[in-house]
Amino acid sequence: MPALPLDDAGPYVAAAYLVFLALILVYVGIMAAKLQRIEREVSELADLAARRRPGTAAAPADDDDRTREPVESDVR
Amino acid sequence: MRRVVGAIVRKDLLVELRTGEAVPTMVLFSLSTFVLFHFALDRDTVEGDLAAGVLWVTLLFAAVLAIGRLFVAEREQGGFDGFLLAPVDRTAMLAAKALVLLCFLVAVELVAVPAFAILLLGPSAWGVLPELIAVLALADVGVALIGTLVGALGVQARARELIVPIIVLPLLIPVVIAAARATSPLLLETGAEALPGRWLGVLALYDLVFGLVALAIFDFLLEE
Amino acid sequence: MFGRGLKFLSILTVVLVIGAFALVFFYAPNDADQGFVQKIFYLHVPLAIVALAGFVAGGVYGLRYLRSGDNAHDLRSYVAIHLSLILAVGALITGSIWARASWGHWWVWDEPTLVAFLIVFLLYACYQPLRFSIEDRERQARYAAVFAVVAGAFVPVNFMAVRFAQAAVTHPRVLDSSDSMPGEMALTFLLCLAAMALLFVTLWKYELASKHASIRLRQLRRQLAGDDDALLAVPRSAAPQEL
Repeated sequence: MPALPLDDAGPYVAAAYLVFLALILVYVGIMAAKLQRIEREVSELADLAARRRPGTAAAPADDDDRTREPVESDVR
Repeated sequence: MRRVVGAIVRKDLLVELRTGEAVPTMVLFSLSTFVLFHFALDRDTVEGDLAAGVLWVTLLFAAVLAIGRLFVAEREQGGFDGFLLAPVDRTAMLAAKALVLLCFLVAVELVAVPAFAILLLGPSAWGVLPELIAVLALADVGVALIGTLVGALGVQARARELIVPIIVLPLLIPVVIAAARATSPLLLETGAEALPGRWLGVLALYDLVFGLVALAIFDFLLEE
Repeated sequence: MFGRGLKFLSILTVVLVIGAFALVFFYAPNDADQGFVQKIFYLHVPLAIVALAGFVAGGVYGLRYLRSGDNAHDLRSYVAIHLSLILAVGALITGSIWARASWGHWWVWDEPTLVAFLIVFLLYACYQPLRFSIEDRERQARYAAVFAVVAGAFVPVNFMAVRFAQAAVTHPRVLDSSDSMPGEMALTFLLCLAAMALLFVTLWKYELASKHASIRLRQLRRQLAGDDDALLAVPRSAAPQEL
């Protein structure tokens, strides 16, 4: 275990690494929250679709997998 | 193409001569800034790098005033539309506006630099006038190029007066660095030293790089 | 659309980051002159390098957008610059810590790389305000791309000019010091650089996928809304809203 010095800037160095780690975790947290919101919106829209056109429930959410390939080759 | 550039330049210069919006304001601003520096620095004369710094910062801020307004008339009075409809190379607008800005800068410097020499400069600038003009010329070209690009960029923005200065200042820092470093040996109290050639090289490189970038990219700013 | 290979990338990134941290604290020796505080260098330099690379990448994608008109490139450019700006702030803060440790001041002007970095940061900080101030979507993307290209060209010119302005380079050059950097430090540094680069790419892809999903959701919402105006309002934003 490296001896953490108590000189002037030593604590700041350690703090910098910890802050860096913390920021990554915060970012992951934000992504997770966004993902939850997106999933909630998807289900809302699916309900909306089912109400407007009964019988087409949950259709939009699955398009992601099917449309991924053709679009990606265009983007390349 | 040359005729188109000439036409636009003539139009802008005529408007400026008749209405006198940009250049007199820039001159007044420069003079006020010199007075401000006198009080802020609490000095009667400046020399060397302080003199170079005061001069270049003042010229830079005066240029920012002009850059903000460079394309405003085109936007508000439909000049862009007319230009786009004409079967001309769009780079003509870039060249024309850069030339106009250059003319404004030169006009301002014709008054501001002597004023600076009288008001604040310690040593006499007469002896180093050719070198000073060389630095001013190269730096002005850089300011004109960047100013035209950012002016076009800002003309469609809502907070134009705020956006243009904050974008243009960091971009012009290399010009200020090179110009100030080149000018400061010329303005020394103890006798002017030689002009450091490498800073002229830096200015020339800057002008070249951003001239090329501007040529490549300006068209995209004019599309509707 | 942007999410391919994301799971693998994330796992690889986590492994590399943990590995890099481990090397920094348990493997790399303390610097003879600077001691423990030199370890900030493993965080500061990768942050700076990856941030600069990200800015240049933003310019490259901006150029590709201008030539192709494909909004996907605009989104890539926006996210790259956005992320690089955050890394740039990190680089400036860690640079300040290093300055404090090495010279006793929180900021030093004779440090050309740090000063040039500050200037680049000030420039790119204008990117989002610029985007936000232009309301028309297509024009916003186009002008932002022009800005990204000009700023990308500016980065090397700026570093050169600032470096010229300093008579002597006083940046503690762990790499160029006369006694060449010991192998352990070199290895640690390279791993940290790789980890940071990979982290950037992973976060970039995550951000792209997330924004893409939001955009498609909005499109879906608009399709389903029909004449229900409440669902149609698109708020003014700096980020690309359409693909």
